[in-house]
Amino acid sequence: GERMEFLCEPQQSMLEVLRDNLRLTGTKEGCSTGDCGACSILLDGTLICACLMLAAESQGRAVSTIEGIAEGEMLHPIQQKFLEHAALQCGVCTPGFVVATKALLDANPDPTEEEIRYYLAGNLCRCTGYDKIVRAVQDAAHVLRGEAS
Amino acid sequence: MSEAREFKVIGTRVIRPDGVDKVTGRANFGADYSLPGMLYGRILRSPHAHARITHIDTKAAAAMDGVFAVVTGADFPAVGREAIVGGEGAGDYADLATNVMARDRALYHGHAVAAVAASTLAVAEAALAAINVQYEPLTPVMNLDAAMAEGAVLIDEHLFTEGLPEKPTKASNVAAFMEFKRGDIEQGFAEADVVVEGTFRTPTVHQGYVEPHACLATINQGGQATVWASTQGHFDVRSMTSKVLGMNVADIRVIPTEIGGGFGGKTTVYLEPVAIALSKKCARPVRMTMSREEVFRASGPASATKSVIKIGAKKDGTITAMSAWLAYEAGAFKGSSMAPGAMCIFAPYNVPHFQIHGFDVLVNKPKVAAYRAPGAPQSMYACESLLDELALKLKMDPIDLRLKNAVSEGSQASYGPKYRAIGFIECLNAAKRHPNYKVKLGPNEGRGVSAGFWFNAGMQSSAEVHINENGTVTVVEGNPDIGGSRASMALMAAEELGVPYETVRVLVADTESAGYTNTTGGSRVTFATGMAVIEAARDIIAQLKQRAAATWGIEEEMVDWQDGQAIPKPGVNADVKPLTLAQLAAKAGRTGGPLLGRASLNARGPGPGFSVNIADVRVDPETGKVDVLRFTAIQDAGKAIHPGYVEGQMQGGAAQGLGWALNEEYIYDEKGVMQNAGFLDYRIPVASDLPMIDTQIIEVPNPTHPYGVRGVGETPIVAPLAAAANAVRAATGIRITDLPLSPPRVLAAIEAAR
Repeated sequence: GERMEFLCEPQQSMLEVLRDNLRLTGTKEGCSTGDCGACSILLDGTLICACLMLAAESQGRAVSTIEGIAEGEMLHPIQQKFLEHAALQCGVCTPGFVVATKALLDANPDPTEEEIRYYLAGNLCRCTGYDKIVRAVQDAAHVLRGEAS
Repeated sequence: MSEAREFKVIGTRVIRPDGVDKVTGRANFGADYSLPGMLYGRILRSPHAHARITHIDTKAAAAMDGVFAVVTGADFPAVGREAIVGGEGAGDYADLATNVMARDRALYHGHAVAAVAASTLAVAEAALAAINVQYEPLTPVMNLDAAMAEGAVLIDEHLFTEGLPEKPTKASNVAAFMEFKRGDIEQGFAEADVVVEGTFRTPTVHQGYVEPHACLATINQGGQATVWASTQGHFDVRSMTSKVLGMNVADIRVIPTEIGGGFGGKTTVYLEPVAIALSKKCARPVRMTMSREEVFRASGPASATKSVIKIGAKKDGTITAMSAWLAYEAGAFKGSSMAPGAMCIFAPYNVPHFQIHGFDVLVNKPKVAAYRAPGAPQSMYACESLLDELALKLKMDPIDLRLKNAVSEGSQASYGPKYRAIGFIECLNAAKRHPNYKVKLGPNEGRGVSAGFWFNAGMQSSAEVHINENGTVTVVEGNPDIGGSRASMALMAAEELGVPYETVRVLVADTESAGYTNTTGGSRVTFATGMAVIEAARDIIAQLKQRAAATWGIEEEMVDWQDGQAIPKPGVNADVKPLTLAQLAAKAGRTGGPLLGRASLNARGPGPGFSVNIADVRVDPETGKVDVLRFTAIQDAGKAIHPGYVEGQMQGGAAQGLGWALNEEYIYDEKGVMQNAGFLDYRIPVASDLPMIDTQIIEVPNPTHPYGVRGVGETPIVAPLAAAANAVRAATGIRITDLPLSPPRVLAAIEAAR
């Protein structure tokens, strides 16, 4: 990670500051009311919607965004599996899904289909019907558990 | 298409070329662009569904610190009546201009009445609050029955119904009437042994793309503008913006950003002309984004409809007559998708006698926009539901009933032409054989079947194929990639050139860099732009053969192109060794200059798309909640260029159609204010609402495409509505004719039947 300093207005959301002040536009805005999950980030490892958090609350906390998921030159297995399974069409919800999936698999390395569907129920995708997303998550979980893909 | 051919890369599940940027957050969508000195634009919207605007005072807002520009309708030129060319769906430039910024009337709750550009979003919001607009509220007209009633309040006093045999003497809210017919409808019903009838309604629904509308615009003092826009068609943004602002087309450059979903909803303009108007006033770049609430209140949803259908058939299921009375809400301005809805409704069937009457009706709701197979889901929901009733009455399997009447090659389509090769019967047979059709159902469970249809579009496309100096390939085209089309284009170029897929990259170029190309809509991109890419590849192959012939000193006819290289035909001197694309590229400078192939075309014969869906549901008799247990989508794709993305279209369309069937609707209060303008209350399907969606791709090649492609994007949303409704009918024994089949409505029907 990187130590970040910024000044912001008290009413600015984490999402607004990430996107406009820090120019980290990988975190997307779909609703700004916490209903779509496009702005999913991890705050000290916990999955949250960046639009529902005041930026000032991030002082001294670890914020993980989509920009930090890949490991250097290597895609994270979740990202690789989303590509292989064609689990994105327009791609605007994808950063949120990748971050949310990481939170899921960090907490539960071997989720059932139902657990995946309920965990990701806060992330809206209008293009895929979720089928290929669920399969990508299952496959990524498989790889992360060290089983052959 | 000639005989079935062996493909090397077509049909493989490659990784899309733009994929890495989309899974890492590097891809730039509409709201992700910024420029030095950029301001934030915001729109003030009408709090009334129908009102006269008597006065707007912007002085206080304009005087605020950090406010750089304010515009109202008075800042926009008058635009003459002229039908919109391009886009997707009907409309008029004068109406488009008035929709972008209201003039003397607010015609729906959320209609734009003023806009500001300010240094921050917070300042812009404060400035909107300082604008004083005086309204004289009028009675809103909020549904078809009210709008079509005798003595209805008129939304436009100068609107006279078009399409009637004689011009009406009185203005009305009915903008257009349309009639299609064949044979003698009276005779057709007289020949029937069984007649079924029904009235069906569908609500206003939204496309629900996850990315709100967004753009960034800048215009210089010489009147030249650049716009970054999230759009399905940047050439349409250019033409529409030029009309709304009275600008020269050549002075507007539109750069398409990545697009976060559209489904037809991003085929028009809302923000772009406003952003340019603001930028013009302050000579600074202006970025505008809609909030989710604004997307619901002010961008185009799909029409609410009322359909009255009647079907007559013989005892053996042979249809003798069909009639349809179809009314579509257009929103505040004329131009719903009534016409395509009317043209699709009976398209899957051989009907000797039919009559269709369609009405395009104004209401005080946002002007509708295209939504995936625009018009077809609503009308076909009604027809396919009534066919289910007919099957029940005849005690026939619903697939057998459809097979009995299905169109095939040579049938005269209800909308006019004779079908060439189509795959409807193949889809029906696949459904009949599918293991999911035989799964045993439990209590409160039901199975529904429906057919789906969409014409698909061709239209204009351009493409260039550039051979780089090392033999790698760049494809330049003009269709925003909304669901993986760069992969399809790269696959087709690689197939034609005989080179590895990974050596081909695809650029979606802006209006000054790509040849004119119609919008990403109508399921046309893989078909029409794909055809342009193939032709551009063939153009460069012809040039490469010439250069090889010149290099070898032989006749051009003696050169073949195979597996990415020029090879001499049998009979040529044995010393002549094949020249690879890389070798030819390296020598391009000495053999005639850069290697550039191109094509521009108006693609004909898109090849209609047919589908059959099977839905299994369980209805909770205590709550009325409908759970989808199993869903099977079967569709003719002609030839699936990338099967993964074809399946994705089928699955995504199924999910959208199920949302339309089971849960989605605009809910209005008596003042015409939408009560559920957010994703919490306008609830689109989430992962836990759905099962896996089983797909089966049927491939009956489209004879007019070199590889047999027919469009696949829109057909998938058509059949799920009736498939789900028919499944609920089977589970409960009750026909609920109005969508959505939400828990309160289903529960009320169950309780009424008890």
